[in-house]
Amino acid sequence: MSLLKEPDHGTPARTSDTTVRVTVDGQAVEVPKGTSVMRAASLAGVAVPKLCATDSLEAFGSCRLCLVEIDGVKGTPASCTTPCADGMTVTTQNDRLADLRRGVMELYISDHPLDCLTCAANGDCELQDMAGVVGLRDVRYGYAGENHTHQEKDLSNPYFDFDPSKCILCSRCVRACDEVQGTFALTIEGRGFDSKVSPGMGEKFFDSECVSCGACVQACPTSTLQERKVVEIGMPTRSVVTTCAYCGVGCSFKAEMRGGEVVRMVPFKDGGANEGHSCVKGRFAWGYATHSERVLSPMVRESIDDEWREVSWDEAIAYTAERLTAIQAAHGPGSIGGITSSRCTNEEVYVVQKMVRAAFGNNNVDTCARVCHSPTGYGLKQTFGTSAGTQNFASVAKADVIVVIGANPTDGHPVFASRMKRRLRQGAKLVVVDPRRIDLVRSPHIEAAHHLQLAPGTNVAVVNAMAHVVVTEGLMDDAFVAERCEGTDEWVAFISQPENSPEAVEHVTGVPASELRAAARLYATAGNAAIYYGLGVTEHSQGSTMVMGMANLAMATGNIGREGVGINPLRGQNNVQGSCDMGSFPHELPGYRHVSDDAVRSVFETLWGRTLHSEPGLRIPNMFDAAIDGTFRGLYVQGEDIAQSDPNTTHVHKALRSMDLVVVQDLFLNETSKFAHVFLPGTSFLEKDGTFTNAERRINRVRPVMQPKNGKHEWQIVCDIAQAMGYPMAYDHPSQIMDEIAMTTPTFAGVSFAHLDEVGSLQWPCNSNAPQGTPTMHVDGFVRGKGHLIPTPYVPTNERSTRKYPLILTTGRILSQYNVGAQTRRTSNSMWHAEDVLEVHAHDAEVRGIEDGDLVQVSSRVGATTLRAVISDRMPVGVVYTTFHHPVSGANVVTTDQSDWATNCPEYKVTAVQVGLAQARTPAGVVAQDRPLPTPVAGD
Amino acid sequence: MAVAAQVRLVNDVARHFRHLPHDEAVAGVVQHVRTFWEPRMRAQLLAAVDAGEDGLDPLAVEAAEALR
Repeated sequence: MSLLKEPDHGTPARTSDTTVRVTVDGQAVEVPKGTSVMRAASLAGVAVPKLCATDSLEAFGSCRLCLVEIDGVKGTPASCTTPCADGMTVTTQNDRLADLRRGVMELYISDHPLDCLTCAANGDCELQDMAGVVGLRDVRYGYAGENHTHQEKDLSNPYFDFDPSKCILCSRCVRACDEVQGTFALTIEGRGFDSKVSPGMGEKFFDSECVSCGACVQACPTSTLQERKVVEIGMPTRSVVTTCAYCGVGCSFKAEMRGGEVVRMVPFKDGGANEGHSCVKGRFAWGYATHSERVLSPMVRESIDDEWREVSWDEAIAYTAERLTAIQAAHGPGSIGGITSSRCTNEEVYVVQKMVRAAFGNNNVDTCARVCHSPTGYGLKQTFGTSAGTQNFASVAKADVIVVIGANPTDGHPVFASRMKRRLRQGAKLVVVDPRRIDLVRSPHIEAAHHLQLAPGTNVAVVNAMAHVVVTEGLMDDAFVAERCEGTDEWVAFISQPENSPEAVEHVTGVPASELRAAARLYATAGNAAIYYGLGVTEHSQGSTMVMGMANLAMATGNIGREGVGINPLRGQNNVQGSCDMGSFPHELPGYRHVSDDAVRSVFETLWGRTLHSEPGLRIPNMFDAAIDGTFRGLYVQGEDIAQSDPNTTHVHKALRSMDLVVVQDLFLNETSKFAHVFLPGTSFLEKDGTFTNAERRINRVRPVMQPKNGKHEWQIVCDIAQAMGYPMAYDHPSQIMDEIAMTTPTFAGVSFAHLDEVGSLQWPCNSNAPQGTPTMHVDGFVRGKGHLIPTPYVPTNERSTRKYPLILTTGRILSQYNVGAQTRRTSNSMWHAEDVLEVHAHDAEVRGIEDGDLVQVSSRVGATTLRAVISDRMPVGVVYTTFHHPVSGANVVTTDQSDWATNCPEYKVTAVQVGLAQARTPAGVVAQDRPLPTPVAGD
Repeated sequence: MAVAAQVRLVNDVARHFRHLPHDEAVAGVVQHVRTFWEPRMRAQLLAAVDAGEDGLDPLAVEAAEALR
């Protein structure tokens, strides 16, 4: 494939019920009302010269290069800012316009370094292109006058250079930061000749509010803002469209290559999830894929105290199969199991669960979604009938009220956050439900109408109180509920009870009743109201209950089944949705069908040639318990670092030490591999061939840009293990695995690599009823028939603060780092977040004698660790917060075994802790800065 | 260790069905455990009931009997 350049029509598309007809240089074209002359011309095949215009940004009209003549109109209006009118006749090329454009270009070029041959953007520079287009041959003004060509470069950002000497002040970078990203970090500083692009108040890029999303770099028409890698090695020569391997937004990217080397990742305009936008992780933090610490050869060892021994693939597979078989022979078929990865493709995950069910002969397969969104699966299946979000991302553009609960989209799902912020700037109202004051609560041009700053662990009380207001104030959508729902009488009776009123729960939640009532009224009466939520909902003892509570609220107000509404889980990892779809849960076969269903099981038994178990298998926490009990002794782990990411680290480590065999398949030696006997090197997303499914159920292709550096695709490794254990499992190509998924799973019946390559992406269900997929679910009816309104009593968590542990610790993530940090810590992203810190309210810090920057010990009932304190007014009194991106800080040493009652999803968001100075302050007032190691509480 | 885990888990389940009428609550716990618990977890629960394990929710005990 050659270098892919998407067409740029100059100004954004418009949607309208009416169209207008215009003629451009004799070409007739019909466009939606509101379309610019420039865009209409482009659609008619006429490229009007331009510099300040690009179709990802609203027209600005500053460069004056796109001037045209319009019959009956005086002068030469800018085509980018002039909307088409019916019957308009436009001329884009004649001698007068050519003279004007050459004059404009002369002025630009007279203040531009003429170093095109040595410029990084040579061949990819719009200024260079336009000089050619307008036929510029001479600059009458000369180059000796005052100019900007010797301004100092800003090289502070690790990923891109800022060279102001090449800036033409088109403001595309400033507008991209405003309109696309929504951060407003850039401005034009000064006036007239002194005008210049400035991050913040004349700061360096790295020191400013810039979030390094890359939108400005992408928008720059010259090499003023240029990817560092392009500067270093030159322009790419070919593109491969693929999918980002970070969060659940699932952005499409062009991997732009030079030979076998990635030069840059450029967000793909036709990507359904991101539509040409990106964040610092997907755009820039892909260097881990070729990091020197990647392990590329299989390794084995008899004991975890031995040194690793590099072996051939044949020996590693045989060793793995023999030991797994031996464990089963000695301890029974249920003594081994596997964990699938939400970072791997659907095809790679599917074969793991197939290996476990058919080759291992049990259902002991689980996935890392256990510790994040398993309550979403439970709650939405109970209420709606299927375990997935209801909307596509574009739906947010039609929301009138957006409720964000337990999510921090600007850090966790930044590209979707930009879509959301755009809608909020247009006037949609925002309600944030979160103990912490996340950025969305108040950021440039956005302010939440209500921030319900609830006490951790009281989500259900809050959502019930909102529903109570809806029902008791007559705000229920009676017609929708009567037609579409069941269980109504029981639910209405429950939710109307006085104990669910805002006033009754105020002392528990900490949310003022009046504020909560106002938020509920806003949600119920605004028109289109949409709920977006994250792990602040699911990672609680009532995670599943809360998901059902939100679904109840949406159904009661009729906010389901059309654009602009819905219940929308923001998935943490790139393929959480897909790994769940693929049958990774121990009680469900692919497509969320219970293993006890004889008809479903027979489909797989016929195809796979093995009798399958009808009983559920062990979930991850159950595997750990059974390992310590001695009945679970062998574990295959695909791409998940359970020793760092799962709660109560001491307990997890004990379980892993108890096993006879731990097999880790991953890119790097991680915390879990310290307990492993076999290490099977995995492949990065740049080497994978398959599909990811994002949070909006969108199945995207993941295309390889290079051969597997480990010599073997991950699905082949799994097939080889299964074969070595005596179960024949082989495919020639991953497309055959997807064909098998489509054959066995009704919601995927219409999915194939060929179909995806043809249309770009598909949102399941994709079958004969919806051959092109399903952007919005539950439109005319719920998957389960009627939506089920289910009473959701608030049950307080067992994890309570006490005199010994008076604070509540809650956890989250930060923009620049990702999950356990295995990828991002191996990139320059660590410049922004070199260590996890503990955010503490000033009052809680003061009473403990803690100052900003002190090392503090965080102790819970199960362990203690040390973090650096940051005094933060984001936190309410009594609540502290940290991230878990760095293994050295060991945040999960202190999190406990408490879990969601229905799914066993850990309660990461509520841990009772005490915080104190790690070491006594010296007489000089200085605390020693050595960081002690995390320590468990004795006795576990 | 695992027995204690099953006791904690089943108590959590019981607390979330307690709002229902008694027979429905018992049936809810039974159905949940049958749907989501691996057989050895159920066996450990029954063993805990047989051993008169401390701290078992009465609703969970009734559900366990129905699981036999």
